[in-house]
Amino acid sequence: MLSAAGPATLAADAAPNPWFDPSYVTSNWSTILAYLGEHVRLTVAAVVLGAVIALPLALLARRSRWLAGPVLTVSTLIYTIPSLAMFAFVAPITGLSATTVLVGLVLYSLVILVRNFLVGLQSVPDDVREAARGMGYGPARLFWHVELPLALPSFMAGIRVATVSTVALVTVGVIVGHGGLGQLITGGFNANFYRAEIVTGSVGCVLLALLADLLLAGAERALTPWTRRAAS
Amino acid sequence: MSLLGDALVYLNDPFNWTKPNGIGDLGLQHLSISAVAVAAAMVVGIPVGALLGHIGRGGAFTVALSNVSRAIPTLALLTLFAVTPIGFGPTATTIALAVFALPPILTNTYVGFRGVDRDVVEASRAMGMSEPQVVLRAELPLAMPLLMTGVRTAAVQVVATATLAALVAGGGLGRIITLGFRQQQYGVVLAGAILVAALAVATEVVLAVVAWSVTPGPKRLGLGRLRIRRPATGAVTAAP
Repeated sequence: MLSAAGPATLAADAAPNPWFDPSYVTSNWSTILAYLGEHVRLTVAAVVLGAVIALPLALLARRSRWLAGPVLTVSTLIYTIPSLAMFAFVAPITGLSATTVLVGLVLYSLVILVRNFLVGLQSVPDDVREAARGMGYGPARLFWHVELPLALPSFMAGIRVATVSTVALVTVGVIVGHGGLGQLITGGFNANFYRAEIVTGSVGCVLLALLADLLLAGAERALTPWTRRAAS
Repeated sequence: MSLLGDALVYLNDPFNWTKPNGIGDLGLQHLSISAVAVAAAMVVGIPVGALLGHIGRGGAFTVALSNVSRAIPTLALLTLFAVTPIGFGPTATTIALAVFALPPILTNTYVGFRGVDRDVVEASRAMGMSEPQVVLRAELPLAMPLLMTGVRTAAVQVVATATLAALVAGGGLGRIITLGFRQQQYGVVLAGAILVAALAVATEVVLAVVAWSVTPGPKRLGLGRLRIRRPATGAVTAAP
């Protein structure tokens, strides 16, 4: 019976297309979870790889003014390249794979991290470094026990910004079919503008970014107990 | 590098530039959408930022706004506006881009006006300037460098982001990239990427020159300057 769909629904009416539909989320939970997993994997891998590459670069750039200029100029240039173009540059080499997305994301997080790492390292007072050297600290111990703790707030600020913007950027990976929750956004768009799917993908991205930011803020607090003591 | 060769062949073919929906049409569309979006964001962002900075309120609000905006994927916003009754097309794209251009302009204007030396404001009041005069003739010139940084950041970001409109059936140069992907012609993809990247870099350079020419006092080109992201003070640039 037609009336089962409600008295207001005629055959000529457009199908109902609500913005929020809990039944979509429950009935497609496994799909959503798979995309969420990919989203998280890509984000974590991009930020970790970015940090691993950015740290030596920042250390090098701090060592000489001569290197700092080019490192910063190149990173500004990379940051200016639109994300879609970045994936397009990488795609011919790595094909339609998650690697393409990962390479692009690593480049962007790298750019953010190098700058923050450099600022953090430069914020360590020279007196402190001199004193540590005078006490017999070697370069490795100087870095681990003196410079890293002092530069940590700036490092963590960089990691937080990089993580949040990476979560947002993963969605552009839909161009090669690996966009995490972005797949839901374009999927819903292509499925005759299915709003529930689009909203699920979008809200999922924002929630994931906020959750990641909260977790990192918590980690920062746990790693720097002395800042709390100083503040109270 | 046959791919690069393919890209250069594509870019060298005059027909690809002049045909309907060719590089010329799409580039013009790209630029006009971006210009309208940035202009709309300036019309809203600069007065509000100037007012908030002048009265010294709302710092937490602007910082929160720019931080939250970074978490929202551009693709999501472009898609969400496209499925509202506005419908997909240039209007939805422009609105989404204007929303994205707002936080950097608002935040940098606010920080610029907030950072004006209070003594200068006091002095200009003591000289008999009215409040609008204080804002326009004392604070605005001093806030100009940061204000222009905000506009430049927003414009580069918008030009870069307008590419994504192609993913949701919008126009702009991103179309060349998405079309190339669909036809598995990576030379065309590369050509589109080169065009978009060049346009973004050109925007950055042109606006740096504009900023230099409208900034009073000792001038410097701020291209290679270290623009540090400091979420606490708010002079931020968001994701491309």
